[in-house]
Amino acid sequence: MSLGKTEVEYISRLAQIEVREEDVDGVATKLSNILDLFTQMGAADTQGVEPMAHPLDAVQRFRADVVTEVDQHEKLQAIAPSVTQAHYLVPQVIE
Amino acid sequence: MSWEVVIGLEIHAQLTTKSKIFSGASTAYGAAPNSQACAIDAGMPGMLPVLNHAVLGKSIMLGLALDAELGMRSVFDRKNYFYPDSPKGYQTTQMDFPIVGQGKLEIELEDGRKKVIGVTRAHLEEDAGKSVHGIVPGQTGIDLNRSGTALLEIVSDPDMSSAKEAVAYAKKMHELVQYLGICDGNMQEGSFRVDSNVSVRRPGEPLGTRAELKNINSFKFIEKAIEIEIERQIELIESGGKVVQETRLYDSEKDVTRSMRTKEEANDYRYFPCPDLLPVIITEADVEAVRVVMPELPDAKRARFVSEFNLSDYDAAVLTGSRAMAEFFEKVVALTDAKDPKLCANWATSGFSAALNRDGLSIENAPVSAEMLAGMISRLIDNSISGKIAKQVFDAMWQGEGSADEIIESKGLKQITDTGAIEALVDEVLANNPDQVEAYKGGQEKMMGYFVGQIMKASGGQANPGQVNKLLMTKLKS
Repeated sequence: MSLGKTEVEYISRLAQIEVREEDVDGVATKLSNILDLFTQMGAADTQGVEPMAHPLDAVQRFRADVVTEVDQHEKLQAIAPSVTQAHYLVPQVIE
Repeated sequence: MSWEVVIGLEIHAQLTTKSKIFSGASTAYGAAPNSQACAIDAGMPGMLPVLNHAVLGKSIMLGLALDAELGMRSVFDRKNYFYPDSPKGYQTTQMDFPIVGQGKLEIELEDGRKKVIGVTRAHLEEDAGKSVHGIVPGQTGIDLNRSGTALLEIVSDPDMSSAKEAVAYAKKMHELVQYLGICDGNMQEGSFRVDSNVSVRRPGEPLGTRAELKNINSFKFIEKAIEIEIERQIELIESGGKVVQETRLYDSEKDVTRSMRTKEEANDYRYFPCPDLLPVIITEADVEAVRVVMPELPDAKRARFVSEFNLSDYDAAVLTGSRAMAEFFEKVVALTDAKDPKLCANWATSGFSAALNRDGLSIENAPVSAEMLAGMISRLIDNSISGKIAKQVFDAMWQGEGSADEIIESKGLKQITDTGAIEALVDEVLANNPDQVEAYKGGQEKMMGYFVGQIMKASGGQANPGQVNKLLMTKLKS
């Protein structure tokens, strides 16, 4: 399976990863190779094999429904680029 | 040619947990911005989510109530999209293996017919934070307090064929989650959010393209929005246009729906199993533990109120409209030794409910408790007070003037049942109104009402009306 320029641009936009114009062909080749590997794996007979949700053969553990975390917004916001009135500030998301 | 309407609902019910679904931060509403968002909720690198045990039982409870298949093994996935109020760049949710599978919910239609609406699934997921606009011009503020709050997204089959059916289903689900105590149902605070998928088609044709109506926080507006959207789609198609798949917002002031975003690619979420979380296993013992604490469900309660207390379907429906009201009513009935459940129902659904609505109070913080109302109803049952006086007593109780007995005593409201005293009043009124007595004797029987009115007035409303009538008859006929 081979990906073209359009697909690479679409995928990079979804992933919010910038791919330079001159790199598009190279990325397309690499991604296509990965997909080829999956196509190759797809040839294996998986009849009756349950899809794996996690590589570890273990089940989820739980925590009790108790509040254990105190207010730490000052510490967490110390590394934020911009903060006002305890809100994280980001570029405007609506017009 | 006619049109067929197809509606499916996605309901987000915020689960009543004290802490977040994957962290130990508090979920209390209305806290200072970002004061309840810990490193996990803020999506800091290297944080590991651990599932809150409480969400398991609440999910099982909903599953049992919907007669659904339970996901004995459910899996969390990542739904990838970028938006500033979702700090990780994905939402942790369940895609292929939800915790609650196919179930159903029966609704009652306007004409009294029942209809079963399929519930496709209900899955666990985390809520996003909130975007706050206007703090700094040109920028958006982010409050992550809501980030990581536990949600059950309840997805219906596309089984509803009108706005009314959709609202009936939404209301029924709203009632159910509150009965189960798994969601507080507060729509204003966003604890119960309804998204409607609406499409139209010609009978027999495949499903039409749907539009999704989001962010509507009242049942009234959900109904209006769906109706408007159906009209819009039909007009669009009939004038040669095409419905596009998009999210639309309802503007209640203009009564129109508006497109929110049409970018198709925004819906390519690239789900994959979340490597931070392991499969969640429900055991038979977990299910049994929930089964034994399941509360009586609204439909069962309604049927029991009709059979056990001889109430009308209407009264039973009003009383079971909320679990709090149903329990309040049953308490009043029990405290009055079930001598007159109908009277208890009347007071609960009219006088008491009217006062609650008037003052915008809930049952929990009403000034009149079940004990107090039962105390007053007991005095009605033993004929100490009349229905009219009861209203006065109730208002005084509501104003915090004490119990029914205290108020009856201090205001001297006890009904006069002493025959001698009533007889004196009857004699007095007859003696003061000789013309009316003549008129009555001359055949004007409607004068009876006048006399009763005068006697009741003279007694300050406290004479027993039955006795007044009886004595009056005897006197006038003598």
